[in-house]
Amino acid sequence: MTLLTARKVKHYFGGLCAVSEFNLELHAGELMGIIGPNGAGKTTIFNLITGVYRATEGSIQFKGTELVGKTPHQITALRIGRTFQNIRLFRDLSVLDNVRIAHYAQGDYSPLEALLQIGRYQREERRIIDNSRRLLAIFHLEGLAAETAKNLPYGLQRRLEIARALAIGPELLLLDEPAAGMNPNEIDLLMEFIQWIRKEFDLTILLIEHQMKLVMGICERLKVLDFGETIADGTPEQIQNNPKVLEAYLGEGPVG
Amino acid sequence: MKSSALIETREWLAVQRWLLPILVLIGFGLAFAIPEYGLFNKYVQLVMMYVGINIILAASLNLVNGYMGEFSLAHAGFMAIGAYTSALLTMRVLPVAEYPGLFPLAVLAGGLMAAVFGLIVAVPSFKTRGDYLALITLAFLMIVKSLIENIDAIGGPRGIPGIRKLTTLPWVFFWVVVSLWVIRNFVYSKYGRGVLSIREDEIASELMSVNTRRVKFLAFMLSSFFAGIAGGLFAHVLQFISPRVFDIIKSTDILIMVYLGGIASIGGSILGATVYTVLLELLRPSTFGALLSWLPDMLFDPLNEYFIRHLGVWRMVIMPLALVLVMIFWPRGMMGLREFRWFIPKRDLDAHQHQHHAERENPHDPSHRP
Repeated sequence: MTLLTARKVKHYFGGLCAVSEFNLELHAGELMGIIGPNGAGKTTIFNLITGVYRATEGSIQFKGTELVGKTPHQITALRIGRTFQNIRLFRDLSVLDNVRIAHYAQGDYSPLEALLQIGRYQREERRIIDNSRRLLAIFHLEGLAAETAKNLPYGLQRRLEIARALAIGPELLLLDEPAAGMNPNEIDLLMEFIQWIRKEFDLTILLIEHQMKLVMGICERLKVLDFGETIADGTPEQIQNNPKVLEAYLGEGPVG
Repeated sequence: MKSSALIETREWLAVQRWLLPILVLIGFGLAFAIPEYGLFNKYVQLVMMYVGINIILAASLNLVNGYMGEFSLAHAGFMAIGAYTSALLTMRVLPVAEYPGLFPLAVLAGGLMAAVFGLIVAVPSFKTRGDYLALITLAFLMIVKSLIENIDAIGGPRGIPGIRKLTTLPWVFFWVVVSLWVIRNFVYSKYGRGVLSIREDEIASELMSVNTRRVKFLAFMLSSFFAGIAGGLFAHVLQFISPRVFDIIKSTDILIMVYLGGIASIGGSILGATVYTVLLELLRPSTFGALLSWLPDMLFDPLNEYFIRHLGVWRMVIMPLALVLVMIFWPRGMMGLREFRWFIPKRDLDAHQHQHHAERENPHDPSHRP
């Protein structure tokens, strides 16, 4: 089953073409990577999918629902979760609250029920707390529930961000450079970790990454972008031997 | 040793949550008893009512300026709308002379009217933030003021004199309890957490499924609703309202209470409003005179004369200066980003505790790193 389809997506920033003719077909359960040099338009694609930017042209569909024109919270509520290249936690809030906030769309009660503490309010708040604590336990962050997010060490902040993205109950998870700032040893653990959450939460994953080790290690399919254009598409082996990709990364000329 | 005993007492008190409803009941009892038996003189009773009204104002402004992290200067405008609506109702529409029980309805109507105008300010907040939104709120305040000045049917610049004194200590206390309870419920709901997340990072908040527009609507509406309530109570204490009462200085007063008490804190709003109101009363010439009366006459007389003449002017200097100083040197105020534990729902306190028995983890889970 195709989960996410992008057809002829174009996006301009003023006169600059950030993404041109982007096509994508992501099947349920797949783990796909998008790679490319800096400024190739990778994060822009995430922003187009999640509604932060509105695609200038083209169509993006998630399970048959058109995403272009929807607001980010509407798209997220369709169960698309994401993390950010530079961690964007709610820094001054507690670890628990970071995860609880991501339950907004799932919390099923009206403002009036909240203001007067009636109806579904108590039950839903309980459920949100239980689910948040369950997630924190899975990620071994439970003991830090009351800690302010900004006080966590870098690695734990990354982990919390993934926990928060999973709190929206995603079917599709977008990971924006999950290995940024990690050493080779940590990347090995991260690779195992991504495989594990994929199975545990039954996820389809689309990830952006620079670290070839991670990309080649776990992605089943890759897309390579350069200056907004898709220059290659295929399995990691195919990509590794693609002359266009080598050129984009290393420049023209004989490569040793 | 002494301080550890103090800490222990505080810890003990924090757990005794059943005290809060009892204190509220005692408060109600006192609110009835004080005017009934004249436990304090009229002036002190008046100050108590102002403290209550200011608590409502500070707590409601804190929703926008503290929890949401915007800077609204419009609060006096919402207050004016509530004050005028309720005053006109009690003077021209509702037969409050025969049925004084209708007074809360007038106050409620004032709050609702203010909430409607709150929506108008909420709309620009969708697209605008920070300094620009602050300017919009300032413009809103000025528009409200000049609208009132130019409608002759409601007294124009002369205002409305002769409002009945319907606000009583029990009513003030009632509305303080209601507003704090509702604001607290809001803050600890998914909507309130949404407001907090907007302050932290609006885009991340949208991407965590928070409907930021809806949340902003709610925050502005609730904030202006209670400002309107406070305005209604205020009009019926002061017994005279005019556009000048609700100018930028009134907004500044409320801002000082919020930042002095501390942002994003209901407890802070209570402390800030109380301390500031009392300080302001101490800066009145008559209070100053009373405080200095122990001085020998040759010192007292010139000082007293000076205060009577100039203290009003100095107030305008001292208070804005206080705001600037507080924001620079004490940005968190008395209890910024902290809360009395009694106000935090038990559910929330428990959820933040470390529970050892809730170990449901997978032993093979690779996320377990040293």
